[in-house]
Amino acid sequence: MAAVPRLPGGFDVMRVREDFPVLARRIHDRPLVYLDSAASSQQPTAVIDAVADYSRQHHANVHRGVHTLSQEATALYEAARERVRRFVNAASAAEIVFVRGTTEAINLVAQAQLRPRLQPGDEIIVSWLEHHSNIVPWQLLCGQTGAVLRAVPIDRRGVVDFDAYLRMLGPRTRIVALAHVSNALGTVLPVRAYLDAARERGITTLVDGAQAVPHRRVDIQELGCDFYAFSGHKMYAPTGIGVLYGRERVFDAMPPWQGGGEMILSVSFTGTTYNHLPHRFEAGTPNIAGAIGLGAAIDYLEAIGMDRIGRHEQGLLEYATAKLAAVPGLTLIGTAPDKSSLVSFSVDGLHPHDLGTVLDSQGIAVRTGHHCAMPVMEYFGVPATTRASFGLYNTRTEIDALHAAVLHAIRMLR
Amino acid sequence: MDLADLYRDVIVDHNRRPRNFGRLDSANHQADGNNPLCGDKLHVFVEMSDDVIRDIRFDGSGCAISTASASLMSEAVKGRSRVEVAELFGRVHRMLTRRDALPDAALGKLAALAGVREFPARVKCASLCWHTLNAALTGGSTVSTE
Repeated sequence: MAAVPRLPGGFDVMRVREDFPVLARRIHDRPLVYLDSAASSQQPTAVIDAVADYSRQHHANVHRGVHTLSQEATALYEAARERVRRFVNAASAAEIVFVRGTTEAINLVAQAQLRPRLQPGDEIIVSWLEHHSNIVPWQLLCGQTGAVLRAVPIDRRGVVDFDAYLRMLGPRTRIVALAHVSNALGTVLPVRAYLDAARERGITTLVDGAQAVPHRRVDIQELGCDFYAFSGHKMYAPTGIGVLYGRERVFDAMPPWQGGGEMILSVSFTGTTYNHLPHRFEAGTPNIAGAIGLGAAIDYLEAIGMDRIGRHEQGLLEYATAKLAAVPGLTLIGTAPDKSSLVSFSVDGLHPHDLGTVLDSQGIAVRTGHHCAMPVMEYFGVPATTRASFGLYNTRTEIDALHAAVLHAIRMLR
Repeated sequence: MDLADLYRDVIVDHNRRPRNFGRLDSANHQADGNNPLCGDKLHVFVEMSDDVIRDIRFDGSGCAISTASASLMSEAVKGRSRVEVAELFGRVHRMLTRRDALPDAALGKLAALAGVREFPARVKCASLCWHTLNAALTGGSTVSTE
């Protein structure tokens, strides 16, 4: 397997950057400045090599064959599951289901856990901050069952109103589904308090951790949620692999979601016996290479240390916030006291789409648009924002480049 | 990649001071245009008589390319018939999408948008207003460029 970098002592971002081949690219004859990790992060060599090594040396279907390759593939796949379990401190590997990503995880919970038990008038609670992937699956479910989707309001800083949340919890609330970190604004939800309040009332809980897991230590047993979902491609692993954690007791009571191979113990035309956890929720041949890549990404993150990554990124956030806030006509959107490492902003007289084009011409990749969080855009009365999001490989020099390019765009277009 | 080719002076000027911007109370044709991906929203108002565009206005919000394109379009189509507008749209579409398109004198000031074809992600910004005008003239109500 590929070597994992050893970084004793301090955090050397220039050394980290060498681990990411794409960062050596030039875009429009400028060094790539990649500030779009919240949309999808880049992959280190350790991940790329782990996937390639599996494809070259160990590929076969998992949990099926007695032959050597199948046993090797199964061992690698299950070792990746165990890495995930340890990384988020789940109690058991049976609670870790591999899915395509956070979106699929939430749809799985909606359809397998909620749909069979929802009655018309039951309530599903999300916050106003949610990504569309934590809104639309519930709207579909409401259409199927007559349940009602309710959103907890936010304030002008982008902070969710906890008192309003407490008032909204009621006898008809069947699930609370909340983003741990907002993808559009960076707000970090004090999720423990939200989960405690739901648990006291016996309400099922789901946390969308897609924007949290790459940036901070997540301890699922300490959080005490029933479900926690996240995506590999936002934590330096490939696309098409993600994780749904489910508390074993809750998972075990759920019927299967999709039917097929892998998720069964025996099949006959008189009836089928479903497999144990977690395989019951992994119908069909899974994304074996993706899971192995995710395992390698976790090794990589742990070798550096989530606390060190978090401190580096918070430094970038503070630096970027101070620099951008001083730009005349620039408004930061999302100013919660506890934020993850991204800045969303608008500039008077400068449309995000135009700004994005100017930045791209200078090799700077940012996200412009509604960030799949149109209710947030609606709340702030903007059609779109520009979002620069930082990963462990970003530098202050790159933020300087962003700052200079924004000033250039203002001179050119305003 | 030359940004000056995209954001020519004419484009920047029409974005800063869009012509024919606002509502048109005498309109007898109108339509909405949406570009959901970037959030651009456009409303085109047309007053037609004897198959000729007598007046046209637009409002909404969008990027510099979409605003300038709508502004330039509003100047270019005034006094033209449906057939003439359709013919002009065809010329604009060729200019925006074909890298080998030759300069077309019939485009007049609309030629300032020729640089858009080097930026494929922005073609829909420039064409949104034309699709919306087309919807207004053919009785549609809403178009989307996604």
